[in-house]
Amino acid sequence: MSVTGAPRPRRPWKGLGRPRGQPSSEARAALAPFLWLAVFFLIPFLLVAKLSLSDVVLAIPPYAPQLDWSDGLPGLIAFVRALDFEAYARMGQDGLYLAAYLSSLKFAAIATFILLLVGYPLAYGMAKCRPTVRQALLMAVILPFWTSFLIRVYAWIAILKPAGLLNMALEQIGLPPVDILNTDTAVYIGLVYAYLPFMVLPLYAVLERQEAGLLEAAADLGCTPFQTFWRVTFPLSLPGVAAGALLCFIPMVGEFVIPDLLGGSGTLMLGKTIWTEFFSNRDWPAASAVAIVLLATLVIPILLFQRQQTKMMEQR
Amino acid sequence: MRRGPSAFNIAAIVLGMGFLYLPIVLLVIYSFNESRLVTVWGGFSTRWYTSLFQNEQLLAAAWVTLRVAFVSATLATILGTLAALGLVRAGRFRGRTLFSSMTYAPLVMPEVILGLSLLLLFVSVGVARGFWTVMIAHTTLTLCYATVVVQARLVSFDEALEEAARDLGAPPWKAFTLVTLPNIAPAVAAAWMLAFTLSLDDLVIASFTSGPGATTLPIRIYSAVRLGVSPEINAISTLLIGLVATGVIAAYLLNMRRRTPGR
Repeated sequence: MSVTGAPRPRRPWKGLGRPRGQPSSEARAALAPFLWLAVFFLIPFLLVAKLSLSDVVLAIPPYAPQLDWSDGLPGLIAFVRALDFEAYARMGQDGLYLAAYLSSLKFAAIATFILLLVGYPLAYGMAKCRPTVRQALLMAVILPFWTSFLIRVYAWIAILKPAGLLNMALEQIGLPPVDILNTDTAVYIGLVYAYLPFMVLPLYAVLERQEAGLLEAAADLGCTPFQTFWRVTFPLSLPGVAAGALLCFIPMVGEFVIPDLLGGSGTLMLGKTIWTEFFSNRDWPAASAVAIVLLATLVIPILLFQRQQTKMMEQR
Repeated sequence: MRRGPSAFNIAAIVLGMGFLYLPIVLLVIYSFNESRLVTVWGGFSTRWYTSLFQNEQLLAAAWVTLRVAFVSATLATILGTLAALGLVRAGRFRGRTLFSSMTYAPLVMPEVILGLSLLLLFVSVGVARGFWTVMIAHTTLTLCYATVVVQARLVSFDEALEEAARDLGAPPWKAFTLVTLPNIAPAVAAAWMLAFTLSLDDLVIASFTSGPGATTLPIRIYSAVRLGVSPEINAISTLLIGLVATGVIAAYLLNMRRRTPGR
């Protein structure tokens, strides 16, 4: 999926009547958001990178060194010298961080797979409906996306807790109660529930566009419905599968609310680690180092890969 | 070959929708429960709604949240529209790659990292955290969503129309407001609504960037939720869900009517 939309043909006459080298009025319009993002997105990142090289001190804000511009160049040199990789070294030594990292990947990967299993039939079924029904169903999938994430996660607490609605229902039909809240199972349920719209929408988008003629052709050539699905529908829907998986996987790795509210004390996830380091342990350098590692090893490679894919699609 | 949905398709839809909506429906039902216990139905009552409107902390948080959402959504929509214009129409300009990456990155960036980085900015500049810092943080987050929504519409809009206006002597600004803007207005409205609800909903980024006196509703709800399920939270959740659902459905119907003028 390309978030940038379809490439538009560049008009050869575009820019005529404008002095060479002068930015167009549209480029000038983009200056305001550009500056905004530079100040509130790019610079903060550099600060995170810098802080990850600092040391913890017991003060507010809890880190050192702090750059004092009034000292001029010697101050800057002293500042740079004082930076070190201690926070990273601690990360390497403390097995907890690695465990949290691997565990986040595991949670996100398994949840993405379950999302595919749940989301694909739903998106496929929706695409098979009449256009008016389809519109209503699409609306129904989008609506939970608009309602509060926090509230939707909260709703599961009431269902899953020991004296909750699920156990009440199980008791009614004579089954033994289950203890799900504050376990990994609850985290999976929460992840799948919260991210289902993100998975269904891209899948639906590719499945809806698929031509019925292709399926008819496959059937005419002797494919059983399952073969038609497996050899025609599914391969053609792979871009949607990739888009949906990507849209769910990255945010899930850094997820905080779901493991915090539904998971137990043993549930390790990076988003929670960053949060705890920051708010509870007040170890800002460690929190920054975790964030940088997460970005460098996961988010940026995936985004670069995605960019490459988009470029290749556009060239084709 | 059969066209309509098969039994399997219908089952998938029913199960999927049930999964999506059952928790929300249960939450709404139990907000009208007389009993404080979640699983005991003590009869229909609106007492939790009454107690909600006497909870001043909650009301104050709701007011902060609405103001933050309104200001940040408006700012994000303006900036997002400008960004979309730049990305769709400006062709190649210096820094375009950086610009487009910056625009899309927050869409997939874990919220914890975004919140952390903005907090570090505010701390290093020495700004007291409060209303304005949350507003700035939310604008940064929702700006990207607004850009994507407006861009999708702008791509399918025929630029020649605006060029014609310019050829006829309209200055760029006028050509834009008279020709392009009315055309992309539904997308701009949708972008605003998306930005508004995202801001209304955000817990993680607000936790990092808000200070005392600017506690938003999600932060309040979150601290209450950590103490356990209560019918009061159900009540406020129901109100929020109702608000958002009404808005979204109204926007959808409005959009539908505009597309089929014959009715």
